[in-house]
Amino acid sequence: MDATGIGLWGVPLAILGGAIRVSTPFIFVSLGEAITERSGRINLGLEGTLVFGAMTAYAVAVMTGSPWLGLLAAAAAGLCFGLFHGWICKFPKVNDIAIGIALMLFGSGLAFFFGKPFIKPKAPNLPAIPFGAWSDIPQVQAALDVNVLFLIGAALSLVLWWAFRNTRAGLIVRVVGDSSDAARAMGFNPKTVRLVATGVGGALAGIGGAYLSLYYPGSWTERISSGQGLMAVALVIFARWNPLGCFAAALLFGGAGALGPALQSVGVTQGYYLFYAAPYILTLIIMIATSSPTRSLAGAPGELSITK
Amino acid sequence: MTDRFMLNRRQLLKTSAAGAALGLVSASFPISRAFAAATTVGFIYVGPKDDYGYNQAHAEGAASLKGIEGISVVEEENVPETVDVQKTMESMINLDGASLIFPTSFGYFDPHMLAMCAKFPDVQFRHCGGMWSKDKHPMNAGSYFGYIGMGQYLNGVVAGHTSKSKKLGFVAAKPIPQVLLNINSFLLGARSVDPTITCQVIFTGEWSLAVKEAEATNALVDQGADVITCHVDSPKVVVETAAGRGAFVCGYHANQSPLAPEKYLTGAEWNWAKVYKMFVDDLIAGTPLPNFTRGGLADGFVKMSPLGPAVGEAARKQFDATLAEMMKGGFSVIKGPLKSNKGAVVATEGQAFAETAIELESMDYLVEGVVGSTA
Repeated sequence: MDATGIGLWGVPLAILGGAIRVSTPFIFVSLGEAITERSGRINLGLEGTLVFGAMTAYAVAVMTGSPWLGLLAAAAAGLCFGLFHGWICKFPKVNDIAIGIALMLFGSGLAFFFGKPFIKPKAPNLPAIPFGAWSDIPQVQAALDVNVLFLIGAALSLVLWWAFRNTRAGLIVRVVGDSSDAARAMGFNPKTVRLVATGVGGALAGIGGAYLSLYYPGSWTERISSGQGLMAVALVIFARWNPLGCFAAALLFGGAGALGPALQSVGVTQGYYLFYAAPYILTLIIMIATSSPTRSLAGAPGELSITK
Repeated sequence: MTDRFMLNRRQLLKTSAAGAALGLVSASFPISRAFAAATTVGFIYVGPKDDYGYNQAHAEGAASLKGIEGISVVEEENVPETVDVQKTMESMINLDGASLIFPTSFGYFDPHMLAMCAKFPDVQFRHCGGMWSKDKHPMNAGSYFGYIGMGQYLNGVVAGHTSKSKKLGFVAAKPIPQVLLNINSFLLGARSVDPTITCQVIFTGEWSLAVKEAEATNALVDQGADVITCHVDSPKVVVETAAGRGAFVCGYHANQSPLAPEKYLTGAEWNWAKVYKMFVDDLIAGTPLPNFTRGGLADGFVKMSPLGPAVGEAARKQFDATLAEMMKGGFSVIKGPLKSNKGAVVATEGQAFAETAIELESMDYLVEGVVGSTA
């Protein structure tokens, strides 16, 4: 081992660092989608919301000089997209999946349009907390530079997990998601609950976008997302609509995404396309292993259009 | 059928406000359009035209034509390497009257551009990349490219002087000949300074994948690489991530020094303005356009970014000397004795491939000292 490289230790370290760096957008989008789907609706448009959030955050951060204002603006923009989706889906016979796809394209297109002048300027980044300061190895320090949004995402998944079981709001969302009739009988309006749930989901996806453009990779380009929003929506099913599961799945995907580059960097250079496919192969295996032809997915909200 | 659809969409774009939204959705809307001039030249980009990279280099070339009398330029960005690019070409020809089209991305050539060449024999097509050959392809097609490997060699010279760890890093998209030549040139440039230097390459598999490029850059720095360069469409993420980790960077495609002024050493840039002016001058003069166009530093097809503040005196001297040597012509990056990193002989003693050597355009190996694999 030479003095500057860290050899094979780079692989686990890269997976750990990658899990922390790459997972945050997955965490926020999948938590947002978990809230929306728990209320009985699917919003596939979060990919568009993610891209628009990334653009909004970057643009506002460039103009005001404050990444936090950018983050707020991204959340607000995401909220608008979510509410828009929820509002359209309130009308009878509207297919939430089709609207989601339309909003995905619309969000990306709108972000490209407004984002043009912001590709070149440089925005201030969101701060990271140096948890690696105890170590004098720069690689460890870099891997353990944890962005505040990651910590917020981790806390949020715990809070949501608890809230779905123990709070009035959480139980209302779940009853609406499991049976509209039961919800109506209890005096709740499913449409309003779903509107709010989709709005909150959109806001979280917007925050995920802010992380992309304001921290990692940390710049606004039109290719910033490359499908992460869609993957995150799929992660929710993978995680069985459980917020803690969403967090774990996001970490898994972040870490697996770092595997390919890390292996190449230590000289395992054959078959890198296969390593890049690793997270998807893993998903397939788990989905196949846990699915059953005789029942719907465990934990699936009863009102979801894909499980009905 | 597709023709009619295309026509409708374009008309809609022109006439209705709703069209604006539609265009956004399709993510491939025309940026500018002019009708009056006699000759229209079309440019098609695979990504956004201000990406600090490949597309920006072409767009800057296109922009240089805009002042020329009698020439109008139409551009379309974010056009995928699918049947979409055929629709874009048809629409540029049918609606904008383009008589010369530059589809600038590698994957546009086969089958898309070739299909259009057959369909519109009166229109000239020139593709950026090395794929046109006289026996196989029509005469209204052609290709142009620059010997930018020379620029990566110069990057390597500066990197070799600057690196303390003697390990360099290269973030590459796909193992195609042009990318491999750049990787090899970068390492050989560095080895002209110190023959013990190695270069770690990481392939991301795609031309533009921001997060994976950032991960690759981090992985390279983790392994001790202290000068990073790349061959991806937009080097912005690589440059910013590497500089953020304290590594030096060499640029590619365009000048990225504003992104990391302290850490940017130099960069290999395209100078497409020169090439596009050449074609357009021929077009105006009525002379047939060349089908096979190549050029390097001496021809002005390629240029180097100004040396950054971190470049030392020794590096500066060797950079200037090597550049002067290249400007004379006949400089060979690949010269024997040279082995691939799998041990195969790629050039025997006394054998040298100048930048013009056509063999280099089918390169399928990484030279000794590069840590990486082509598959």
